[in-house]
Order: sequence, then structure tokens, then C-alpha cells
Amino acid sequence: MDLFDILLSASFWAAAIRIASPLIFATLGELICERAGVLNLGIEGIMVAGAFAGWIAVWAGLPLWGGVAVAMLTGMMLGLVHSILSVPFGLSQHVVGIGLTLLATSLTFYTYRVVLPEVSSPPKITAFQPYEIPLLSDLPLVGPALFSQTPLTYAGFILAALTALVLYRTPLGLAVRAAGENPSAVAAQGLSVTAIRMGAVIVGSGFMSVGGAFLTLSAFDSFFFDMVNGRGWICIALVVFGAWKPGKAVMGAILFAAFDALQIRLQQTGIGAVVPYQVFLMLPYFLSILALVVMSRRAEIPAALMVPFNKGER
Amino acid sequence: MRLEPIASPSPARRIVPPALAMAATFLVAALLALIAGGNPFAVFGLILNGAFGSKFALLETLNSATPLIFTGLAIAVAFRAKLWNIGAEAQLYAGAVLTVILGTGALGLPSYLMLPLCALAAMLAGALLLLGPALLKTRLGVDEVVTTLLFNFIFLLFVSYLLEGPLKDPMGMGWPKSARLTSEARLPRIVDGLRLHWGFALALAAALLVWVINTRTTLGYEMRAVGQNAEAAGFAGIPVTRVILKTALLSGGLAGLAGFSEVSGLKGALTLDLSPGFGYTGIVVAMLALLHPLGVVVAALFVAAIFVGADSMSRAVGVPSYIADIMLASALLFMVLAILLTKFRVRRD
Repeated sequence: MDLFDILLSASFWAAAIRIASPLIFATLGELICERAGVLNLGIEGIMVAGAFAGWIAVWAGLPLWGGVAVAMLTGMMLGLVHSILSVPFGLSQHVVGIGLTLLATSLTFYTYRVVLPEVSSPPKITAFQPYEIPLLSDLPLVGPALFSQTPLTYAGFILAALTALVLYRTPLGLAVRAAGENPSAVAAQGLSVTAIRMGAVIVGSGFMSVGGAFLTLSAFDSFFFDMVNGRGWICIALVVFGAWKPGKAVMGAILFAAFDALQIRLQQTGIGAVVPYQVFLMLPYFLSILALVVMSRRAEIPAALMVPFNKGER
Repeated sequence: MRLEPIASPSPARRIVPPALAMAATFLVAALLALIAGGNPFAVFGLILNGAFGSKFALLETLNSATPLIFTGLAIAVAFRAKLWNIGAEAQLYAGAVLTVILGTGALGLPSYLMLPLCALAAMLAGALLLLGPALLKTRLGVDEVVTTLLFNFIFLLFVSYLLEGPLKDPMGMGWPKSARLTSEARLPRIVDGLRLHWGFALALAAALLVWVINTRTTLGYEMRAVGQNAEAAGFAGIPVTRVILKTALLSGGLAGLAGFSEVSGLKGALTLDLSPGFGYTGIVVAMLALLHPLGVVVAALFVAAIFVGADSMSRAVGVPSYIADIMLASALLFMVLAILLTKFRVRRD
């Protein structure tokens, strides 16, 4: 099977969309935080916590969508911690974010061991099954790729559209964007920069957490310690690559996922017999760095990103 | 609410918030121990006993503190200049790889040449690994947090490749493990019969050296000036870019030494589990030490004690040893908040 066959197969694109789904949720979450002026490096830990919380909730008897809700709430709680430290107290967003990732990850692993002390392999749940959208799923190539996914994937795309709509077409979205560009102007309008930024971090963290839960509730049916494996950091790169715009960020996530799906398939071809598998596994990370380098020349970064706002000083 | 700087904080102002932060950390741990069905006092007692209760335990704590002193220093040096090096994990492995390449018998050097050579090569490897992200930062403005983080994943995969390919031990029964270092490349024990190697002394020396650099040299002054306000430092004639690159070399070099010390002093060979996240824990160490190099030694001992103690505690009662990681992460978050409260007063609008 050569490259051309791979790129024209529906299963390849279906895999790309599936791999992109958790990235879409988490990238949107990070984008909302950054648009309001807060870099959220808690993303990796929040995804780990979301993956676990959603899965354990379903394992304990909740329906799948209940698991998604639990994951979302878990993420929002962690986002609350981040936002209290980073917004009203204006602490270093780097330190708070890394600290939150360490905290969320270790709390998750601790809880796992407390709830399941004796298991050698984690129990499985019945995950989301693909739902074929009538008529659309019969289309050649596009049908199986786009319209035979799990409901959570569809939710991701709907969420992307909603995020774009709210950010660009509503007063709330304007306030969020302004909080990240020119917080003094927001305050001059009588709005609370603190409230807007905290809200953005809390909601954004909820989305990241659902991104993590996608892994346990849709992509796989169980929880493993290293399952997030740097996806959060990749999403931070995707936000930059998408120039802080939801549409572009989603396209970036799909492009990235297609590349990931491609490297998995290339491992099984003649190239894979010669090149060590680690090289293929490195490619996504290199691609992220490359994306950062390529996009670095464009100055579309929110002007007040990582700048704390203290009303006392001006 | 609004933050108002305090011109001259009272002694109580300086002491009470950090003390409360530590108390809060232990309170969180106590709650978690209760949830897991353990008696908090027994748990803390077992942690303390596991870390300091016997000669063996104490030496184990000192050995565990060694890599944390190196990575803590690496992070402290970088963060002081606001170079966000989150890649100490990869830089540690880079140092370990060079130590293994040079120290497994390729060179027939005596010990007094072999050890300095390995150490220097390890420093160089770590330094060069951070130079890439630092150059991307200074040349193109690419955020170094993300690049150094991603490099951790890339480099670990590279090490995995090396251990299954070129560096694989032919006698290793198929395990991804390097050959053992020759005896000339091993750091000896400080006292015969006690399991504590010279890496610990090297770490203390490194802390002293960084302290001297920070307080007694132009570079130390420049690094702090760049960290406090790069723009103002630039106006004052400090070559900001060059200072950032020098900081990167120093920081990466220190992390590389951690790899040398672990392989040469403790393990004797390279495996993929050489570091259980020393690079990341170094961030906690550096922050708890308020980025002070001598404070790093104290913080590393504290952190190592919690890790070693929690391991032994968890074997005795059913409280998972991850409680140590939670304590450190919450100590970090409580502490940065406490430090802020020593300098600012919270006012309501």
C-alpha cells in the first residue's frame, strides 16, 4: 500500500477525525482561555483528570453523557483553582499552570489507586459507539470519514461552531476577546475583567476535560496512566497554529491528526521496516514545534496574553 | 479585590503566609490519607520514619535528593532569568546518554580523566539541548515552555531508540538497557560501605557555584536584570539575547549533570526509567527554594524525604505513594500564593 492509497482510503480519514476529536475539545478550551488573556498550562493535567473522571463515573453506573458531564465539572473545578491563582492574584501563569498539571495528574493517580487498589488491568466500560448519520454517511469517502463517527465527535464540531459564534457574534464574546486584547478598555466599560477571565478559564478548562474524557469514553474504553501523553501540550501549539481562531484551530487539529494517522499507517509499510518506529512517534511533536516556528512570524497573539490585570495600577 | 504592595513588610508578614502554606499542604495530605482509610498521624509518622528513621533511610534520602539538587538548580537558574525551561527531563537524559557513550569502554582512560570527561560531555549535551529552544525564543519569539515540553517527549523516544539499537547491551537479554559503565567511569562512594556517592558532593558544589555566579559575577547580575525586566535591561545596555543564551547553557548543563550523576553514581547503566520525572520535580524544588541556589539544597532534601518516606509508608499501609506528588504540587501552589501575600495586601474595592 503506498502513500496515495492511504490518503484516498475512507478508513484513514475516519481515523484522522477520530484522533482529532479530543484535540478539538482541548484546543477550543485553551483558545478560550488565551483569548481572555490567560495561558492555561494546566491543560495536560486537566485532560488526565477528565479522562479519569468521565470513565470512573460511567464505570460507577452513570450513562455515557453523565460521564461527559462529570468530566466537564471536574475540569471546571480545576479551572476555578487556576483562575483564582492566575487572575485576581495575578500569579505567574507558567508556574500556576505547571503546578496545576502536577496536582491534577497526581490527584487522578491517587484516586485511581484508592478506588481500584488491587486491579492489574483497569476495568472496561461500554464506550460511545459510532452513529451513522442517515443519508450523509452514504456519501463516498466523506460519509464514512465524517458522518460515521461517535456522538462525542459530532459534539466537538458543534462546540467549535458555537465557540466561534459566541466569540465573534455576541457581546459576551466581544468582552472575552477584549479582556485578552485591552483589559483597561473592558474595565472602562464598567465590566469586570476578573470575572470575564475567570469565567473563560473555568469554561475552557471544562472543554479540555471533555477532550480528555473523549479518550476513555469514545476512543478507548478504559483508563491508562499515560494515555494523554502530551496531547495537552500539542493543543497549546495548535492554538498558536490556528492563530487563536476556532475555525483554523479545528483545521489545524484535523491536519495534525491526519499526519498522526499517516505515521501509524506508514509504520506498516516498507518505510516502517527500515525506519525505527520511534522516529514515527516523534513526528507529531516535531510537527508541533514546526507549527510554532512557522506561525511565529505572524503577530496575532492576544496583546494582553499572560499580562495580569490589577485595577489599582494603570 | 485589588492587590496593594506593602512598602516594608513586617517580620510576621514574611513568616506567617509561608507557614500557613506548609500547614495547608499537610492538611490536604491528611484529608487524602483519611479518604484512603489511613490515620493521618500514622501516615506522617511513617513518612518521617521512612525518610530519616535509619541510616539506610537517611542515605536513601540523600541519594534521592542528588538529582533533584541538579535539576532544581537548572530550573532556578533559568526561571530567575525568566527562561521557562520545562525540559530538564530531556536534558538529564542527554547527559546520561553522553555518559554511557563515553563510559562503557570505548575509551581506555584512567578514572581521574574519565569522570571529568563524562561530566563535561554530559553538561555539554544538556546545554546544547536547551540551546535550540532558547534560540527559537530569542530569534523567532517561539514560547520556550511548549518547545522544551515537546522536546521531553522527542528525546525520550530518541533514548528509547538508542536503547533498542546502537546503545543496547548485547548481554542484556533483550531488555532495552545500555551496557554497564566500566569501573573507571563510576563515581565512587564517599565513605566505603555507605551507599552515598560523590554525586551528592558534586551537587552541593554546584549549588555553591551557582550561588557565587548569582551574587558575585556580572553574569549573575545580568541574569537577574533580564528576569526582572528584559526591556529595561536592554536599555541599560545589557546584551539580553546573549544573557538568555548563556542562561540556557548553564541551566541545560546543570540538568545534564543530573544525568551523569545518576548513571555514574547510582545506576551504572542507562534505562528508560532512569528518571521518574526529576526534571518536572525540579520545578517544584526550585519554586519552594524561591529560586535561591542554597535553598534548592534544602528544598531538594525536603522533597526527596517526602518521596522516599511516602514510598516506605505506602508499603506499610494502604495509602498510595502518589500522596507525595500531591503534597508537592499543593505545596508549590500554596507557596507561590503565600509569597505573593508576603509582599501584597489584599484590599476590597
